[in-house]
Amino acid sequence: MSAEPEIEIEEELPLQELPLDGWHRAKGARMVGFAGYHMPIQYEGIMAEHLWTRAHAGLFDVSHMGQLVFTGEGVDAALEAIIPASLTSLTVGRQRYSLLLDEEGGILDDLMVSRRPDDIYMVVNGATKYDDIGWLIEHLPDEVTMSLLDEHALLAVQGPEAVAALTRLVPGVEQLYFMQCAGFGWEGHALWVSRSGYTGEDGFEISLPAEAAEAFADALCAQPEVKPIGLGARDSLRLEAGLPLYGHDLTPDISAIGADLGFAILKKRREAGGFIGHARVATELAQGAPVRRVGLAIEGKLPAREGAEIFAGAQQVGTITSGGHAPSLGAPIAMGWVDAAHATLGTTLEIEVRGKRIAARVAPMPFVPHRYHRQPS
Amino acid sequence: MSRYFTEDHEWVDVAGDIATVGITNYAQEQLGDIVFVELPEEGKTFDKGDDAAVVESVKAASDVYSPVSGEVIEANGALEDEPALVNSDAEEDGWFFKLRLTDASELDSLMDEAAYTKFVAGL
Repeated sequence: MSAEPEIEIEEELPLQELPLDGWHRAKGARMVGFAGYHMPIQYEGIMAEHLWTRAHAGLFDVSHMGQLVFTGEGVDAALEAIIPASLTSLTVGRQRYSLLLDEEGGILDDLMVSRRPDDIYMVVNGATKYDDIGWLIEHLPDEVTMSLLDEHALLAVQGPEAVAALTRLVPGVEQLYFMQCAGFGWEGHALWVSRSGYTGEDGFEISLPAEAAEAFADALCAQPEVKPIGLGARDSLRLEAGLPLYGHDLTPDISAIGADLGFAILKKRREAGGFIGHARVATELAQGAPVRRVGLAIEGKLPAREGAEIFAGAQQVGTITSGGHAPSLGAPIAMGWVDAAHATLGTTLEIEVRGKRIAARVAPMPFVPHRYHRQPS
Repeated sequence: MSRYFTEDHEWVDVAGDIATVGITNYAQEQLGDIVFVELPEEGKTFDKGDDAAVVESVKAASDVYSPVSGEVIEANGALEDEPALVNSDAEEDGWFFKLRLTDASELDSLMDEAAYTKFVAGL
């Protein structure tokens, strides 16, 4: 018996340790190489951890991600010249999802950007953070200072009981709505907390000094609602939530509109442009994107995984970009890139797995409904 | 009945010229939650080391090799409805398929239980 590598393991550079490395090992985590770090893939098992998060609350260590802060004269305009987010309308305590696009409109990364009282705070993917920093340095004017918070950990608490657990430690976080953020304190340490995450559940992401991470993780896991959750369940949770994973569902080979991320670009910026990659966005808003990221519901039990080819009859019309068993649904699901002519909801397609064709249907995402704590409108 | 093991974490029970094949408890622990098992059809013939089955966990697909040469006489249909049997009972009810051996001397190259336990301890 032999397993395919579970995730891409980078062997060029020695793997680095995250602030919670020893903590994960003490909790019984199985560690793997991911994004240049030793990271926990699972503790008690992916299925149990996934279902626990959907029913209670899970603690995820996402300290491998890049936490960047920007300050200086004209920082809003400087960032708006690079990313399609609208910074001028971003008020203190608000967070938005945005993208780094290349000159051709391909996706270099996806990210969260928020305004804090004294700076702009951005979270980018771990595997891409050094490339992102290079790209930003190249395009930012000298007046803007960018720093990497490499002495900070980033933890996510996700699930319907996350608010109860975190409020006990950090009173006041319950007042935040989805995509709002604010500064709090815990035992003398400064926390920056946003009500957001990547599981489709209500929850929080907490940036804190690395030296406080272990005690804070212990305090969270001492709450009856909270268990530590590994990368494996993080992946199955985000797939069920229809959320794309950079390096798989998003790459420079797909555009913002093709990836169905047009929501991240507000009307004003779609029309006026002025950010890198706008020409492609404008063209595809008018004419449609030739390739689209879609969700796929799969008949039967056999999972279709990344790289599997998608067919309409004899013609290959796409490729699976991520797929697997959905623990909350008890069935396989997938995301893929499909030629626009075959990307309409309900279109029946076939996926080839080990020489066999399995039936699939273009399905609405999320596969499992989001349960964000949105501000009543 | 004798039980043999491979370095790829398959086990083989031999009774007469019939071999029952599965994956070891160590293997199922490494794979985690198993959600699908693709089994060979009856009548299919394998050489030692051929791809014989595929086991899908939540995270990944893994090949299962035929530890010996032979012809498939039965596959464990129970795994189609309940793939998690491989997690709960890998070395008994979670068996994969039965082969009619074509070369019993191939068993000589496999490990016995003591040797396999030592092999796993060294991993």
